[in-house]
Amino acid sequence: MNIVVCAKQIPDPAAPQSFDSSNNLDRSGKLILDEADTYGVEMALQLADQSGGGEVTVVSMGSGADVAGLRNALAMGATKAVIVSDESLRGTDALGTAKVLAAVIRRESFDLVLAATESSDGYTGTVPVQLAELLGLPSITFAKAVSVDGTTLKVSRQTEAGYDDVSAPLPALVTVTAGVVEPRYASFKGIMAAKSKPLEVLSVADLGLEGQVGPAGAREVVVDVEKAEARQAGEKYVDDGDGADKVVAFLESVKVL
Amino acid sequence: MTLSTLWVVAEPANGSFTTTSLELLSEARTLASSVAVVTWGEGAALAALAGEYGATTLYDVGNLNGALPAVPVAAAIASLVGGVGAPDAVLIPASYDGRDIAGRLSARLDRPVLTNVTGLSENSGLVTEHPVFGGTLTVKAKFTGEGPGIVVVRAKSFAVDSAGGAPAQVVAAPPGDTGASGTAMITASHVEERSGPKLEEAAVVVSGGRGLGEASKYAMIEEIAHLLHGAPGASRAIVDAGWVPYSHQVGQTGKTVKPTVYIACGISGATQHMVGMKGSKNIVAINKDADAPIFQIADLGIVGDVNTVLPALIDALKARA
Repeated sequence: MNIVVCAKQIPDPAAPQSFDSSNNLDRSGKLILDEADTYGVEMALQLADQSGGGEVTVVSMGSGADVAGLRNALAMGATKAVIVSDESLRGTDALGTAKVLAAVIRRESFDLVLAATESSDGYTGTVPVQLAELLGLPSITFAKAVSVDGTTLKVSRQTEAGYDDVSAPLPALVTVTAGVVEPRYASFKGIMAAKSKPLEVLSVADLGLEGQVGPAGAREVVVDVEKAEARQAGEKYVDDGDGADKVVAFLESVKVL
Repeated sequence: MTLSTLWVVAEPANGSFTTTSLELLSEARTLASSVAVVTWGEGAALAALAGEYGATTLYDVGNLNGALPAVPVAAAIASLVGGVGAPDAVLIPASYDGRDIAGRLSARLDRPVLTNVTGLSENSGLVTEHPVFGGTLTVKAKFTGEGPGIVVVRAKSFAVDSAGGAPAQVVAAPPGDTGASGTAMITASHVEERSGPKLEEAAVVVSGGRGLGEASKYAMIEEIAHLLHGAPGASRAIVDAGWVPYSHQVGQTGKTVKPTVYIACGISGATQHMVGMKGSKNIVAINKDADAPIFQIADLGIVGDVNTVLPALIDALKARA
């Protein structure tokens, strides 16, 4: 079974975030593989294994030339990676992103497309389903368990109340939650092997998508950025054995007790 | 108000609409002169409720026969746009199905989508508000180009307010043939039962995080929640770790809560979590790391080990009971 995994390289979430002069997220620092995507990569590797083999292709896009995050996915065991890397992609919105990914994935032969439920930097959370619509695929989002039985996909999908069993015929698209599998660490052997695995870099022109990406393709604009009304920090005490009493007194003061 | 028409996707639930759907309906009628509801499943039976919250028309997608809602509902809306014309915007609740409907509709109509919206206003068109960077900044955005803009709104962004209108006129809006995209089917539903008040409605929410140290310690969170007649919640970290079911999760991808008191125990305060609880009236944080971000928004902060403070708190609450 051949599987495509969508992955994003994002600014280190541990570093403070800021906007650049065009109100886009500043991505000028070092980029890493979004941790949310490591679950998709791991799921793909396991499903390919269980089906008796097949290729796992990592697909990504970005405005910079960084590929360290994709090498990380290859070191985990993915077969190859394709990234659309183009300065003109800066400021591309969710639908534009889905169009770029769809154009890349159409070039691949696949049975299943995997993605995270949302990225950890922009968290729009609509790109995978937009992608499924553009590719004409059924989609099952918020998967907490995934299995394939012949050509039928079976997913436990999170709901407000618990979860649903959902099935769909392949080819299909699934978004996985964190915790669906435990992502492996890349081994030394994997890291060495990743250096010689195929990593194709494409431009927007290669895909014929000029004009549909970047700010020109995005049909929404930021009209204002303002400081939100900040919640003030209240009193802070170091627990000297009286911490619980302070909590009780507070609960009394707000009439919960 | 210069918006003429807004459509609200209202999710049916147990003979009513979900609370977030009612919040969107209540807000929509303050922004536009005409509001229509798009719903499915229970359809016509909810026409009176839709009217009570200000909708004049109810577009009924009909029975989905077990299909996941996103594809048929988006197909029906796209077909309506082609038939009766585009509204200024389609407002959709931020829920599992809501987000999927928005994505499907966006790609189908080739129209942009704005998500994580917590405020709406009107200024020569619809203006959306989005909290970013852990809620420290608010971004305001607008659609350009042809409508409808597609807007996904977070729970508890608006108050529920009845208008007392006449029942909405029901108009059938079948999805038509949805092809291969529409083949994802629900074969069974599982409810993870919990006792006590619902997490989203409880006056007191007591949440636990990684600082508890191990899964068995979550019992303390449940006990305190019980003693305070509240609901137990959790950070994403311990849900992902499998300590508690997903239905307990508070945050960006979990539930949004605004209780009278939120007690965060062993939770450092990742952006992901804070977005779901910073609207609480009062916040108490207990964490052994004095620099944890949660203390920046806590009305009362206790720098201490939850495994010392919580047992003492349980004793103190029991002594009062």
